[in-house]
Amino acid sequence: MEVRPPLVDPEATARSGSAEPTTVTEQVKVPVGPGPDGSRPDAALAVEHLTKRFGDRVAFDDVSFKVGYGEVFGFLGPNGAGKTTTVRTLGTLIAPSSGSASVAGIPLSAKNGSAIRSRISMMPESPGLYVRLTVTENLQCFAGLYDLDDVPGRIGRALRAVNLEDRARDLCGSLSKGLRQRVALARALLNDPAVLFLDEPTSGLDPVATREVHELISSLREQGVTIFLTTHRLEEAERLCDRVAILNTTLRLIGRPDELRQQLFRRSLDVRLRAPLGDPGDVLGAVPEIERWEQTPSGYALIVPDPDLAAPAVARALVRAGADVLSIAESHHSLEDVYLELVNEDVEAKAR
Amino acid sequence: MSFSWRRVRAILRKELRDYRRNRFVIGTMAAVPVLFIILPTIQLIAANATNKALTLRIGLSLLYMLVIPVTMPSVVCAYAVVGEREQGTLEPVLSTPVRREEFLIAKALAAFVPTLVIAYAVFGIFLAIAALFAHPVIVSAIFMGSHVLVQFLFTPLLAGWAIWVGIAVSTRSTDVRVAQQLSVLGSLPPLVIVALMSLNVISESTALAIGLAAALLAFDLLAWRVVAAMFDRERLVIGGRG
Ligand SMILES: Nc1ncnc2c1ncn2[C@@H]1O[C@H](COP(=O)(O)OP(=O)(O)OP(=O)(O)O)[C@@H](O)[C@H]1O
Ligand SMILES: [Mg+2]
Repeated sequence: MEVRPPLVDPEATARSGSAEPTTVTEQVKVPVGPGPDGSRPDAALAVEHLTKRFGDRVAFDDVSFKVGYGEVFGFLGPNGAGKTTTVRTLGTLIAPSSGSASVAGIPLSAKNGSAIRSRISMMPESPGLYVRLTVTENLQCFAGLYDLDDVPGRIGRALRAVNLEDRARDLCGSLSKGLRQRVALARALLNDPAVLFLDEPTSGLDPVATREVHELISSLREQGVTIFLTTHRLEEAERLCDRVAILNTTLRLIGRPDELRQQLFRRSLDVRLRAPLGDPGDVLGAVPEIERWEQTPSGYALIVPDPDLAAPAVARALVRAGADVLSIAESHHSLEDVYLELVNEDVEAKAR
Repeated sequence: MSFSWRRVRAILRKELRDYRRNRFVIGTMAAVPVLFIILPTIQLIAANATNKALTLRIGLSLLYMLVIPVTMPSVVCAYAVVGEREQGTLEPVLSTPVRREEFLIAKALAAFVPTLVIAYAVFGIFLAIAALFAHPVIVSAIFMGSHVLVQFLFTPLLAGWAIWVGIAVSTRSTDVRVAQQLSVLGSLPPLVIVALMSLNVISESTALAIGLAAALLAFDLLAWRVVAAMFDRERLVIGGRG
């Protein structure tokens, strides 16, 4: 088994361990789009110190972030992290214990519930369709609940968006899980929401159905729909989201997926040699571009501030030392590494 | 945003469509009327003109028919809220702009309309059978006095009470069957008063009937306010866990 060098930036983890989430970009870049009334460009979601407790159990704690109009915002976290509870709170289904938020430009309060709900839509974890009604009948019911005009036109457009026109007359009970998910998505599109909340839209779907949902989300993103997407699938967040936040009761990290990777992990070079160096300390220690190094089964892992600068210097030093170099490459860390690192940290912290 | 009948209609229409394809609801709606036509008709046939207990028998047969507006809404209402939660449809519905008053009125009407139609239809059929086949003395006894008035007045009022009890129980319950049983139990008290009157324990009079009806109406309105005040989106969404 390959032994990994400690690649995590100790500073970054120390920061992420504090109450304040690590914000990668100094200022949260909020993409500017049309505001709710087409005028003032404002955040689609602005959340400040939001907390929800169920009795003694804290579902999420002191969460703050902003999402701009047109942005696809990923909300990542393990089971029980508080993702669904956050969505339900922002969707005015449950009241926060403390903190404040504005949703689609409207302050979150009991009084504004109906107004907020008419501007947003939510797709819950399970599609929740009336199984004894047809696809169209389901959508008709919700078009009525949103008090929408041009119901047939809207239903037609929503079904076209999810590619379900030919199943319009089918009973929802007869549809497969993936198709039901698509109906739920069509339902969420009916009212042209200012913010679309998707709670684990691909959970339980097979790879083909998952890909279809991903393509749908991508096309919504191209149309400028603001999406708040919760998931525990990292590749999903990485592929679909402009920015992601990692939640584990508290908000741990927030930023663009590539920035998170860079922030949390020191850049490093993987060096593979035919045979280990006789005296690696002398050879590698003499290269100023290397901050730290470790032996790996196939060679060495070098922590370097700038791989582009370090790689040629490392190559020269190795050749001078007579080593047979197989490869020198920058190692890549997926968002998954970032995520696991954070979540494991929390597990360890809890065990202590 | 103000109260929207459009939203009420949307839920009501969905509910009626759902009933039509729901074997359990259809079964209840079919079995109840059949049962409550057979029972009073037996009373009618068993009665004869000279029987001293004639009024008692007529009272009993009319009472049977008032069981319809008490039981049917309980059964259907429990389904309307707990059933939605079980299907997972409650969360999407509650995340639309629908207001609690709209949601509750829609759910109530969805039980009220079929109950009223069936109860009045059963009563109509009963009257027709009586008029055609029963002894003239019995017929005049039925149509005399406040029997018909009581039946018409109390059917919707008892149904109203049963509906609010049913909805109140099912917003707090996680199991359809338990909700149904509790609702039926909670719907019975007003029927007892009507029973005492129908069976002549308290002597029946038009004035008394109207007085009781007014009281029951007041209770119905009060129950509606209580249920609306009890309505809690959060509780409905997170279920019994909160
Ligand atoms: N109604 C409730 N009563 C008590 N605790 C609750 C309730 N709903 C959620 N919780 C708790 O709040 C925490 C967050 O739950 P939540 O469902 O929001 O997590 P999640 O991130 O959506 O998880 P998953 O990935 O499993 O969907 C959990 O510890 C959960 O047990
Ligand atoms: Mg969840």
